[in-house]
Amino acid sequence: MSDMSNNETGNHISYLRHEGRYRGILSWLLSTDHKKIGLMYLYSITVFFFVAVILGLLMRIELIAPGKTIMEPQTYNGIFTIHGVIMIFVIVIPALPAIFGNFFLPILIGAKDVAFPRLNLFSYYLFLAGAILGVLSQFAGNGPPDTGWTFYVPYSAESSTNVIFALTAAFILGFSSILTGMNFIVTIHRMRAPGMGWFRMPLFPWSLYATAWIQVLATPIIGITLLMVIAERVLRIGFFDPSLGGDPVLFQHLFWIYSHPAVYIMILPAMGIVTEIFPTFSQKPIFGYTAILISSLAIAFVGYFVWGHHMFTAGISVGSRWFFSFLTFIVAVPSAIKVFNWISTMYGGSIDLKPPLLYAISFIFLFMIGGFTGLTLGALAANVQAHDTSFVVAHFHYIIFGGMGFATFAGIHYWYPKMFGRMYNNKIANIAWGINFTGFNLLYFPQFIIGIQGMPRRYFDYLPQFQTGHVISTIGGFILFIGLILMVYNLVRSIRKGELAPANPWHGVTLEWQIPSPPSHENFDVIPEIKTKPYFFGPPDESKSF
Amino acid sequence: MAVQINHTEHTDSETGKLGMWIFLFTELFLFGGLFLVYAVFRAKYSADFHTGAAELNAFIGTLNTVFLLVSSMTIAMSLTAIQKNKKNLALFLITVTIILAALFMMNKYFEWSHKFHYKLYPGSEVMRNLPHGEILFFGLYYMMTGLHAVHVLIGMILLSVTLFKVKTGKVSSSHFLLLENSALYWHLVDLIWIFIFPLLYLIT
Repeated sequence: MSDMSNNETGNHISYLRHEGRYRGILSWLLSTDHKKIGLMYLYSITVFFFVAVILGLLMRIELIAPGKTIMEPQTYNGIFTIHGVIMIFVIVIPALPAIFGNFFLPILIGAKDVAFPRLNLFSYYLFLAGAILGVLSQFAGNGPPDTGWTFYVPYSAESSTNVIFALTAAFILGFSSILTGMNFIVTIHRMRAPGMGWFRMPLFPWSLYATAWIQVLATPIIGITLLMVIAERVLRIGFFDPSLGGDPVLFQHLFWIYSHPAVYIMILPAMGIVTEIFPTFSQKPIFGYTAILISSLAIAFVGYFVWGHHMFTAGISVGSRWFFSFLTFIVAVPSAIKVFNWISTMYGGSIDLKPPLLYAISFIFLFMIGGFTGLTLGALAANVQAHDTSFVVAHFHYIIFGGMGFATFAGIHYWYPKMFGRMYNNKIANIAWGINFTGFNLLYFPQFIIGIQGMPRRYFDYLPQFQTGHVISTIGGFILFIGLILMVYNLVRSIRKGELAPANPWHGVTLEWQIPSPPSHENFDVIPEIKTKPYFFGPPDESKSF
Repeated sequence: MAVQINHTEHTDSETGKLGMWIFLFTELFLFGGLFLVYAVFRAKYSADFHTGAAELNAFIGTLNTVFLLVSSMTIAMSLTAIQKNKKNLALFLITVTIILAALFMMNKYFEWSHKFHYKLYPGSEVMRNLPHGEILFFGLYYMMTGLHAVHVLIGMILLSVTLFKVKTGKVSSSHFLLLENSALYWHLVDLIWIFIFPLLYLIT
């Protein structure tokens, strides 16, 4: 291998064409190159995303009119469960660390790969196994699981459907997530380029660092909880079964001890991505570097202590409700700090409204709607009214899809030239953005309104007064679907037909823009030495004072 | 399957150890979930937990604790031995560790089969007629010792692989990361038992 890398120094070979020991398809499937693994995640996650999108669309069609439209109630239960399981465990939790973290973390810190490349490949195959098992649970055995993605007991211990499949899938995916998190923590600790102190590290790696700690410290709890539910089903062990002395609310605690921090696994890297985008497209240093990184760590830390706000109506004590509600309001503060910093970064900058920035700005807009409605739900009195209504559904879709989803789209449009060495069509990308943004708001905003009026979530049927909202929502769903297809078409087509991308199409200053597009197998011919803080846009001789 | 040999050169031993430590944290949290459940039910049914614990055989439990503690010592000694380049001594000590682990599993097997003999297992008729707290106590007993036993088995596999690598010279006085990490894992298995043992057998 070493003589091959010597050849490359003079003569750049893209990682896409680099074949190590294996040829053809195996040079991808068995590659330990972090960039190839990142792309494999990208392709697999895109496929699973469209599976889950189509399930979501089927639900929207069902809900276009009261009563039965296209499916039986039991089918509907299965579809919303698998939609949730795939979206949460296969897409939203792993996607950003797995795709962009794998691809860009080593490059952004000036390393040649992650700390444990082979373990990284192993996590990918664990991920794939878990994801396939999750999809299979829809088809094999005794019918699709119908518990919802939260697997609440006692129903999940009693339902005769394929719950064990889905539980095992989530367990395996969790294990993959732990290994990725561990890999990133070690990479960040041990492999930063010379001169890159902690406070010279770009903010996307910082957000991945905060995320990785949540992955490592919270995921084992869901692991053991899922094992307990499996034991409950197989052995009737009784931990969560009141007739044997167990306690169903205990399950909810254990479940949300992981699953609330998991929300921050989703959103922190998303925030990291837009934090990279704003300075580049404003040609201005990030405003409040330290505030942003501290708020990432604060979100990760406080995020551990707010799980109880999912359980305000489950019969927990008044004291703990007060406590969890208070902390829920506290955790909103660091998120708000980030929003101020992003906006201040744009202020006075030379703004270039390219597709990545469009997505990043709409991320702020949608994330704020999601955040504020989150505070509505975090308030004790309002929660009792809105709990388990489509208001909650709209809220978390604004956070997960409007936040994390749009940040993913921002990231793919930002880094696409680097990843594939080609430019996409800007015009189509802008149009797709417009359709996505419109469709998204039409799809989810009406659900806030009918939710407050009393439309319950996860219901197959509804009262006629909610129909207007549902019809608008379904129309929005189709518009969004068209936008997504257009966006993916543009990106896929440009892999072969796009113009060749220059090394630095957006005039960015972080390390990934200092190397060719696409990067070579080794990323850097010479490991760079870091002399300034990140996001310095001025002439080099002024960099000392930065 | 060293696909890219030039990549593994980054994995120096400090890096490998840091990764192992973080992995051990996740293991602690995995058992932490069970300890949490134990704490909740112990507070709720302290009298039943008292009777349940009295029914466990503290002698076997103590014997197993001794096996594990000694095995932790032997694996630590094997690490020192390899660092001092005493390969045969290291091989001997790792073998002793594996034998002690096997003795632990054998004891566990007798302990469990004894309970199975009295039809004391989750879902059985006998179990269902017990008071609630005892059902949960024995449920926790099986879950905790069972998950721990799985870890002992994994540890035994890991130690056997290490033994083989020491034999072939892949683990040596200059490259002993694998042995060090296996030893760390084995200490964790030991540590978790040190918590499980008093919680289930001793606090009556």
